[in-house]
Amino acid sequence: MLRDITIGQHFPGNSVVHRMDPRMKLLVTVLYIVVLFAASNPLGLALSIGLLALLYVAAKIPLKLITKSLKPIMPVVLFTAILNLFFITGQGQPLFHWWFLKIYEEGVRYAVLMAVRVLALIAGTSLLTYTTSPIVLTDAIERVLNPLAKLHLPVHELAMMMTIALRFIPTLIEETDKIMNAQKARGAQLDSGTLKQRIQALVPVLIPLFISAFRRADELAMAMECRCYRGGEGRTRLKVLHCGARDWLCLAVCLAAFAAVLSTRWIWQGIAL
Amino acid sequence: MENTPMICADQVRFRYDDQKDVWAVNGAGMTVKKGEFVVVLGANGCGKSTLAKHFNAILLPESGTVTVEGIPTTDEARLYDIRQRVGMVFQNPDNQIVATVVEEDVAFALENLGVPPEEIRRRVDEAMRMTGIYKHRLKGPHKLSGGQKQRVAIAGVIAMRPDCLVLDESTAMLDPRGREKVMSTIGHLNRDFGITVVAITHYMEEAAQADRVLVMSEGRVVMEGTPQQVFSQADKLHSLHLDVPQAVELRDELVKAGVPMPEGIIDEGSCAKALYDLLK
Repeated sequence: MLRDITIGQHFPGNSVVHRMDPRMKLLVTVLYIVVLFAASNPLGLALSIGLLALLYVAAKIPLKLITKSLKPIMPVVLFTAILNLFFITGQGQPLFHWWFLKIYEEGVRYAVLMAVRVLALIAGTSLLTYTTSPIVLTDAIERVLNPLAKLHLPVHELAMMMTIALRFIPTLIEETDKIMNAQKARGAQLDSGTLKQRIQALVPVLIPLFISAFRRADELAMAMECRCYRGGEGRTRLKVLHCGARDWLCLAVCLAAFAAVLSTRWIWQGIAL
Repeated sequence: MENTPMICADQVRFRYDDQKDVWAVNGAGMTVKKGEFVVVLGANGCGKSTLAKHFNAILLPESGTVTVEGIPTTDEARLYDIRQRVGMVFQNPDNQIVATVVEEDVAFALENLGVPPEEIRRRVDEAMRMTGIYKHRLKGPHKLSGGQKQRVAIAGVIAMRPDCLVLDESTAMLDPRGREKVMSTIGHLNRDFGITVVAITHYMEEAAQADRVLVMSEGRVVMEGTPQQVFSQADKLHSLHLDVPQAVELRDELVKAGVPMPEGIIDEGSCAKALYDLLK
């Protein structure tokens, strides 16, 4: 069961969204988050969700995947929405009153807006990871953060760590599987007992896993030295990212759309008054 | 320059713990000529892997010298020059692959050396074709078999265009088919591209393919010669806790039983042929 795990949630494809320069995708995603918070009126949210839906359609991501990525976050969203529902006090009469619980109109509005905003946020960032493979994304992050290397931040090292972590996820999963089977063969009960017992039963799995991970790290470091690794300085890359005219056009379209969503801040005030 | 040996180790001594009088390599010396295929044999703990790590300055000798094409490995200014000349492939393919895509991993060394991108592309494609993994270039390493992964690791080293390839038990973790494939790749690199090969192994059948065999024991080189010369001394090999190839063993037993088998049989092919000629 552990072997079927895929790295990240990349959904390969060849759409406009997939082919867009990953650095720009990163930038657009960050801007999208800003816009979501800056224009959190109903009209702005509706527009930004519409925009997102359009991008999802363009990227040909199945609806099932979106609901899958939203599912784990649902309990948190519901919990915060319910808290907001009861704790926001507004003017006028409460809509509902029982013992110490009061629900105001503002509370309902705020809870709904908040829930929708968080869901749009998750769906938006998921689009980035659906359409960009983890390697490309790591690469893009390294390049976007590159100016910070001048401030002596270990940007290359961080990107290298991410790459190696991604590389070793399947290896270590396979190893965990092997160790679990070996311990089961020695009579370990990994699937039964109380929660406490099951956690304790994991200790003999984790210790060999850690030891082997350290050994692997040691060997990997030596293999990297043998291949002349000496940090990020003077390094070139096999794949060079370049922004074509299409990427700039995509960015311009996105920026225009974001500007339109942002303008709802003032339009909505007009409507509300 | 033609006559400069690829690798020359002289009176190398090395210990991991400088407080104890336990030497992993204790006065070992060997010379590898350019274009040669040398196999180093030895029981566990005889210091063969430790010696191999001296060949590209991963370890430096406590006394004695190691030179790579005339450059002493202690010359820090030329450290990366040495590592580019002598590529090293280890036992576990999983622990040598850095990147999440085959071609990215093959490019790793060239990226480190600061080679321009177009040149990287050319050399990566070339290295992947030479090791026969070109069709897997876009796969993740975890989707490959052990033998394929080891050939990715070899390609990653070959891309540096080294003059010498040091294999530290590179076939030990592979299944027979993977081992065969890796060995034929290495033979191809040695014969057709003139890359010097130093292979450390436990498999006598691999040693039979070599130009020259060295046997190590207790940190020293104790036997040296062509595979025929070394394997004809079966008793001495047994005393060093080493086996001889099965074909050699068969031939020796047959000679003992009075069958007139010729000298110098070290692999199954020549053994089968000798038997066929006898039975004809």
